[in-house]
Amino acid sequence: MTVSELRGQFPILGRTVKGKPLVYFDNAATSQKPQSVIDALSHYYSHYNANIHRGIHTLAEEATLAYEATRFAVQEFVGAAFVEEIIFTRGTTEAINLVAYTWGRENIDAGDEIIISGMEHHSNIVPWQILCEEKGAILKVIPVKDNGELAMNVYQELLSNKTKLVSIVQVSNSLGTVNSVKEMIAAAHRVGAKVLVDGAQSAVHLDIDVQDMDCDFFAFSGHKVYGPTGVGALYGKKELLENMPVFQGGGEMIKEVTFEKTTYNDLPYKYEAGTPNIADTIALKTALDFIKSVGKDRIRKHEAELLAYATTELEAIPGLKIIGNAKDKVSLVSFVIEGVHPQDIGVLLDNMGIAVRTGHHCTQPLMKRFGIPGTVRASFALYNQKEEIDVLVTCLHKALKMLL
Amino acid sequence: MNVRSIAEIEKEIVEDFALFDSWEDKYEYIIDLGKKLEVLEDQYKIEENKIKGCQSTVWLTASYEDGIVVFKADSDAVIVKGLISMLIKVLSGHSPEDILTAKMDFIAEIGMMTHLAQTRSNGLLAMIKQMKNYALAYKMMQEGEKNK
Repeated sequence: MTVSELRGQFPILGRTVKGKPLVYFDNAATSQKPQSVIDALSHYYSHYNANIHRGIHTLAEEATLAYEATRFAVQEFVGAAFVEEIIFTRGTTEAINLVAYTWGRENIDAGDEIIISGMEHHSNIVPWQILCEEKGAILKVIPVKDNGELAMNVYQELLSNKTKLVSIVQVSNSLGTVNSVKEMIAAAHRVGAKVLVDGAQSAVHLDIDVQDMDCDFFAFSGHKVYGPTGVGALYGKKELLENMPVFQGGGEMIKEVTFEKTTYNDLPYKYEAGTPNIADTIALKTALDFIKSVGKDRIRKHEAELLAYATTELEAIPGLKIIGNAKDKVSLVSFVIEGVHPQDIGVLLDNMGIAVRTGHHCTQPLMKRFGIPGTVRASFALYNQKEEIDVLVTCLHKALKMLL
Repeated sequence: MNVRSIAEIEKEIVEDFALFDSWEDKYEYIIDLGKKLEVLEDQYKIEENKIKGCQSTVWLTASYEDGIVVFKADSDAVIVKGLISMLIKVLSGHSPEDILTAKMDFIAEIGMMTHLAQTRSNGLLAMIKQMKNYALAYKMMQEGEKNK
């Protein structure tokens, strides 16, 4: 399949914005959906909408099978050893909160230390701050170097027998930096700490193998991997998940309820209280199938070309500075331009049909670290083309002419 | 004191914008307004005058004399600054009562409603609210003095 054939599978890419063809460069915020994913959603509602796991009628059975098929697809997608290690959540944020509120509440005590990094999304900062405040634990932060990589020597120094958890982003949403999580996990395990990997940005680009990585938890969102919003997954090592307290109470997560005592369901249902997001979960499998059919190797190769091209072309713009120059980066470019506020660029680009993200990207501490109010971020997906980068560059020149 | 009413000024802005036939002209005009906005002295660029939108910082300050509210503002983003300039043009130099009842329909009429939407990306809505808050505070102050 050529890129233009792939583009044909994404109906939204055919639309115009303010009279111009859409250039969608906000893939790190959410990716667009192929027709197959859109069809899976409508097919579910038109043919076998039913509540799952309970009914014995045909519709319930079909819906349950499709829902559980996604669990197997996610298991394969992240390389988990057991299917019951996959817990469906609303997304990465809920997955991190689940760990904070269950494993965290049980295992973090006063004086314990949790290590995060200076490039975390607010979703991987705030849940730990809440936990630390509640328990009297301490949050330690691995600094970010000027090139957008983590100061690994400082990380090694921060690790001690007080460290109970390292919660780290695999790929930075603001900088594109790919962190050496495998190495970081091994180091954390040497001091007896558990590790959560935030895979919100990495899952769509990198090959994920939680067993090889040896992380204790891994979280990602469906909507960033060409799937629907409102569904994501938490992977956790079986023995950890089995011993953690429950998250939310309700239906589905119980084995037996009496007014005296309730016994909880087995994994993974123990953590899935209430009727889940059935339609979106089913369509998530379609999205993962789509990625598989294209092939992550091919996606990465294409995106690497886009990244290299965009980096060269953007750097040629006078006054433009790329924020985040890590050796290992995914296909996104964050930049600032001297004398111009990122928001002004975003507003003008929108008028030219280009969707980029401007602002702090929910990483305010990182923006503070670089002393900037925010950046303009262009993030690429498998359906983007070099021609679109040319459009971006031309339109940036036009915007600068208007602003300066 | 502004001799023209808020509604008259709003109407004038709408008429000005009707002359632009491209988005470029419209934004170039707003950017130009932003660049020409009277400088806000550094002493006012303090934390309590900040209206925090998600992306740009806006400082707003007001003074009250002879029944008239005068606004001054600034921003680190020039398009926002241009929009502020229009808000000041419309609301500054009027009585608290007039400011409080101002409809501000011109923003939608000139096609800038997207800047008003309650997204995290801008502070325009927050700015109008803050301007009206100032007006309300001055109105109450004025009434308090009358009742003395």
